[in-house]
Amino acid sequence: MTDDTPTAPASRPLSCPTALDAVHRALGAAMTDFAGWSMPLRYGSERAEHQAVRTSAGLFDLSHMGEITVTGPGAGALLDHALTGLLSTLPVGRARYTMICDAAGGILDDLIVYRLADREYLVVANASNAATVLDALTDRAAGFDAAVRDDRDAYALIAVQGPASPAVLGRLTDADLAGLRYYASLPGTVAGRRALIARTGYTGEDGFELFCAPDDAEPLWRAITEAGRPEGLVPCGLACRDTLRLEAGMPLYGHELTTATTPFDAGLGRVVRFDKPGDFVGRERLAAAAERAASAPPRALVGLVARGRRVARAGFAVVDAGGTVIGRVTSGAPSPTLGKPIAMAYVDPGYATPGTEGVAVDIRGTSEPFDVVALPFYKRRT
Amino acid sequence: MSNPENLRYSKEHEWLSPADNGVATIGITAYAANALGDVVYVDLPQVGATVTGGETCGELESTKSVSDLYAPVSGEVTEVNQNVVDDPALVNSAPFEAGWLFKVRLDDAAGEPADLLTADEYTAYTEE
Repeated sequence: MTDDTPTAPASRPLSCPTALDAVHRALGAAMTDFAGWSMPLRYGSERAEHQAVRTSAGLFDLSHMGEITVTGPGAGALLDHALTGLLSTLPVGRARYTMICDAAGGILDDLIVYRLADREYLVVANASNAATVLDALTDRAAGFDAAVRDDRDAYALIAVQGPASPAVLGRLTDADLAGLRYYASLPGTVAGRRALIARTGYTGEDGFELFCAPDDAEPLWRAITEAGRPEGLVPCGLACRDTLRLEAGMPLYGHELTTATTPFDAGLGRVVRFDKPGDFVGRERLAAAAERAASAPPRALVGLVARGRRVARAGFAVVDAGGTVIGRVTSGAPSPTLGKPIAMAYVDPGYATPGTEGVAVDIRGTSEPFDVVALPFYKRRT
Repeated sequence: MSNPENLRYSKEHEWLSPADNGVATIGITAYAANALGDVVYVDLPQVGATVTGGETCGELESTKSVSDLYAPVSGEVTEVNQNVVDDPALVNSAPFEAGWLFKVRLDDAAGEPADLLTADEYTAYTEE
């Protein structure tokens, strides 16, 4: 969903189709190459798709995401060592947002880790980083009684997102959706197909992600489409996924998160658990980054809302009233919910306080005024 | 959406209507609107401004990108479509009709540029 789409891993052909490729083409989707996958960008109006997720429900093919299974008696210990979070104490059936860093504390990827069983975890990486994460976990597994398995081809991933998603999915499964908490998962049957049902997402709305066998993806997609008809569920592409996550203030790898960024730079220091047993990759440098963030942060991630109508895009300079560069936009788009352009940017901490005056973005040579706001831009009513 | 036969087209995906008393209407094609996605902001030249064929004269913002608007012909801007300024979605819903962008009084000397395409030529161009 970005302009700087990473190149495909060498082991895969360019633009690998997902298990739902024929469905997308039959629906007339505008397709795009993303991280080596051919993905639907939008089916019709991306703003209408965005609104459907905010007000009702949307259906996404997320089969580009990278699944890695970690098993064995030492699986928890391996993840504690390899990732920033504390996964060994994660209860079975729960999930956690975490990161994998390099030895310098730079972010290799942000991840969701699901504990499926006492000795089994499912690690979900971004498509563009799946090979990197797989390699790092495999390297870091040395000395642990655990196995790391590439399961990218074992799963298709379908997401149902939006306030109507419990009602829609509830028509297709006997699983206890009401008892399924946010960031939890349970194995179940949906429309007669086995799936891991997870209450996770990347839209800022309630919703579910269904990990299923690739052969089951199409019948599942059709069943959900049919079940969601009364609520006006629509298929949704990557374009609206990006504006949904941006409104929700969720970072995107390659934009807010990079190897040149530590979790503390991104304001996500909470994902680093210094209190866990044993050493972990990046600990020393992350401790220094934590100290720096507390005493003299080099920069801060802020929200920007345009006073005008021009859109600040990733890479544009944030400037002060005198035109001096004080930061850089990492993501920007017109917000369908706010009706104004919004952006996330790293800025000098002196300009990070909401309401700071005189902040502008250099949009193709013109300083356009923006308001500094607290993230997120949008929070659903619960 | 098919490209209307009576219009002429630029390779930058603008269309130009036949001149009516020397004034032609300009917009972007359905192909361009579809490629952009939902247009959220249009920046058009001012009435009275002079535009030059082949040069930029405005911009179109969509969810994913911003695109320059090129003038397909030279002349003076006589009118801009305020409806499309207020509701840029018209560019997507009716690119050849209610989503027109601005009108130009053609320079007498310049005439219609020779490099504009017919509907058939433009359709072939976008299918390359």
